[in-house]
Amino acid sequence: MALALQQLINGLTLGAVYGLIAIGYTMVYGIIGMINFAHGDIYMVSAFIAVTAFTLLASLGISSVPLALLTVLVMSVLFTSVYGWAVERTAYRPLRGSTRLAPLISAIGMSIFLQNMVQLTQGARVKPIPPVLVGGFDLLTVDGFTVHLAYSQLLIIVVTVALMTAFSYVIGRTSFGRQQRACEQDRTMTALLGINVDRTISLTFMLGAMLAAVAGVLVTVYYGVVDFYIGFVAGIKAFTAAVLGGIGSLPGAMLGGLLIGLIEAFWAAYLSPEYKDVATFSILILVLMFRPSGLLGRPEVEKV
Amino acid sequence: MCKNILLAGCSLLALAASPVYADHLVAIAGPMTGQYASAGDQIRKGAELAIADINGKAGVLGQKLKLEIGDDACDPKQAVSVANAMANKKIIFMHGHWCSSSTIPASDVYNEAQIPMATVSTNPQVTERGLKNIFRIMGRDDQQGLVAGTYLADTFKSKKIAVVDDKSAYGKGLADEIAKAIEGKKVKLALRESVTAGEKDYSALVSKLKSAGVEVMAYGGYHTEVALILRQAQQAGLKLTIMGGDTLTNSELVTAAGAASDNVLFTFSPDPRKNPAAADIVKRFRDAKVEPEGYVMYAYAAMQLFAQAAEKAKSTKYADLEKAMRGGSFDTVIGKLSFDAKGDNKLPGFMVYRWKGGKYDYVGK
Repeated sequence: MALALQQLINGLTLGAVYGLIAIGYTMVYGIIGMINFAHGDIYMVSAFIAVTAFTLLASLGISSVPLALLTVLVMSVLFTSVYGWAVERTAYRPLRGSTRLAPLISAIGMSIFLQNMVQLTQGARVKPIPPVLVGGFDLLTVDGFTVHLAYSQLLIIVVTVALMTAFSYVIGRTSFGRQQRACEQDRTMTALLGINVDRTISLTFMLGAMLAAVAGVLVTVYYGVVDFYIGFVAGIKAFTAAVLGGIGSLPGAMLGGLLIGLIEAFWAAYLSPEYKDVATFSILILVLMFRPSGLLGRPEVEKV
Repeated sequence: MCKNILLAGCSLLALAASPVYADHLVAIAGPMTGQYASAGDQIRKGAELAIADINGKAGVLGQKLKLEIGDDACDPKQAVSVANAMANKKIIFMHGHWCSSSTIPASDVYNEAQIPMATVSTNPQVTERGLKNIFRIMGRDDQQGLVAGTYLADTFKSKKIAVVDDKSAYGKGLADEIAKAIEGKKVKLALRESVTAGEKDYSALVSKLKSAGVEVMAYGGYHTEVALILRQAQQAGLKLTIMGGDTLTNSELVTAAGAASDNVLFTFSPDPRKNPAAADIVKRFRDAKVEPEGYVMYAYAAMQLFAQAAEKAKSTKYADLEKAMRGGSFDTVIGKLSFDAKGDNKLPGFMVYRWKGGKYDYVGK
C-alpha cells in the first residue's frame, strides 16, 4: 500500500515531465503534420541552459531558492524559445511544401546537430548541479516504509498543473489560440483570411520549446545531472506519450505522459524494472489496435 | 636555382622512400562520444602521451607511431564498422574497445584482419572465444566479481544485500559473478534486479530497495547510473552503500553524486598511480593537467606493450607481434604484463576501493 502510494507519486512526477515534452510534439504535429524529432534535444538544450544559469547565480552569491528557481526558469524559457524559433526557421520553413519526408529527415539532422553542438561546446561529461531543493514531506509510515514526497516532486506536479491550466486558456480562449486552431484545420484558408500562417507556426514552435524548457529546468532540479544525451530517451518517451494520447490532441499528450509515467513506475515496482519499456510499448500497441488515433485523438475525417 | 634542384631531389627521394618510412599506424577505439565519452577521453589522453613519448625517443623500429582514433559510442553495431574502417586503414595494433559489448563483436573483425589488440574490457567472453589476437591488460569480471562478492558477504553479513545490473554484457556479467560469490558465502540476496542504462529515473528501483530494507547494493554497470541511483536514494531518504566494478573509478561519479559518493565501493586493479616505477609518468600527466585516473595509464601501457613487443620481435607483422606478446613479459606503467594462453593478464589482482571526499583509495585506508 505504502509502496503503491510512493510509486503513484514517482509515476506522476515522471509523467508530468513526459507530458510537458509531449505537448511540443503534439502541437507541431497538429499544425503542420510533421514529427519534430529535434524536440527532445530542445529539451536537452534547455536543461543545459538551466545548469549554466544555476552556476551563474551561485557564483553571484544568490542563495534564495525561490528567487534562483524563478530566474533560472525565466532565463531557460527565454533562451530555449529562441532555439525553438531558430530550428523552425532554418530547418523546417525552407522545406514547407516539399515532400512529407523532407522535414522529417531535416528534423533528425537537427537533432544530431544539437546533440553534437552541446557535446562539443559543453563537453561529453555529465554536468551536475549541487542539490537545490533538498528534503520533503514524510507522508505516512506503514511497516517501516515511509512514503516520501520530495519538495522537487511537489514542485514538478504543481508547476505542471499550473502550466496546463494556463495553456488550455491560451489555446481555447485567446486570439492566438484561435489562429493556431485555424491553421490546424486549413492553412490556405487561414492565410486567405489574413492570418500570418508562418508567424503562427513559429509561435507554436516557440510555445512548445517553452514547455520543454520548463520540463528541462524541473528535471535539472529533480535529478541534478544533465548530459547531452538526455534528449534522446526523453524525446522517444514523450513522442510515445503523444501518440498514446492521440497525436494532435493537447489533453491527450498530457494524459499519455501521465499514463506512461504511471505504467513505468508501477511495472518497475511490482513486476520487473527490466521489462518496463516493453510494458509501456505493449500497452501503446494495444491501445493503437483498438483506437488507432490514440486515446483522445479524433479520427481523421476524409474531406470530400 | 641550385637550391631548387636540391629541394626537388629531396622531395623525390622522400616520395620514393615513403613506402619504407611510412609511420606505424596504431589505433584506439572506444566511446569518444555518447554517454560514456569520458572513458574514451581518458583512453585518448593516455594513448596520446604514450605515443608522444615513444616518438620522442626513437619511435618503434626506427619509425614514428601515428594514432588513429575510432569512436564506437559503446554501440556494438558502430563498433563493428569502426573495426572494419580500421582494418581498411591497415592499422597494426589496436587498443580497445572499452565496452565489452563493443569489444566482443569488433574483435572478430580484427582477428580476421590479423590485427593484434589490447583491451581493458573485463567480460570473460572477450578472451573465452579462442581468438588469438586479443590480449587483456585488465582483469576479468569473474575475478573482480569474486573479490567484490566476497568482500560484501564478509563485511555486510547482517545487512540486506541486493544485486542490480544494467543488462549490458559488462554489467550483467559482473553482477552475475558478484551474486554467485555472495551466494557462495551462504548469504542470501534480498533482491536481484535489472535496470535500463541511459535513463534518468530510477525512483522505482529505489522504492523497491527501500521497501525490501536493502542497505547494500552491488551494481554491475557504469558510473552514470550509479550517480543517479545514489542521488535518488538520498532524495527518498534511503542510505545506500553501492559496490561496483572498475567503471566506477571515473571521477564524474563524484561530481554527479556529490557527498553521497562516499558510500561507493568498487573493485579495480591495483592503482597504477601508486606504482613507484610510474611516478615520473604520473607527474608528466599531472603537468599536462590530466589526472592519470581510470583508464589513462592503461592506454599508456597498451602503447608501451605494442612498442616493446615490436622491438622484441624486430617486426610489426601480425604473427611475430602475436608471438612476442604471448611469450614475453613487458615493463609498463601499470606493472609487469604477461599473458596466458587465452590472452588474459597473468597477474591482474583486484583491490576494493572506496571513494572518499572526491578521491579513491584502498578500502580501510
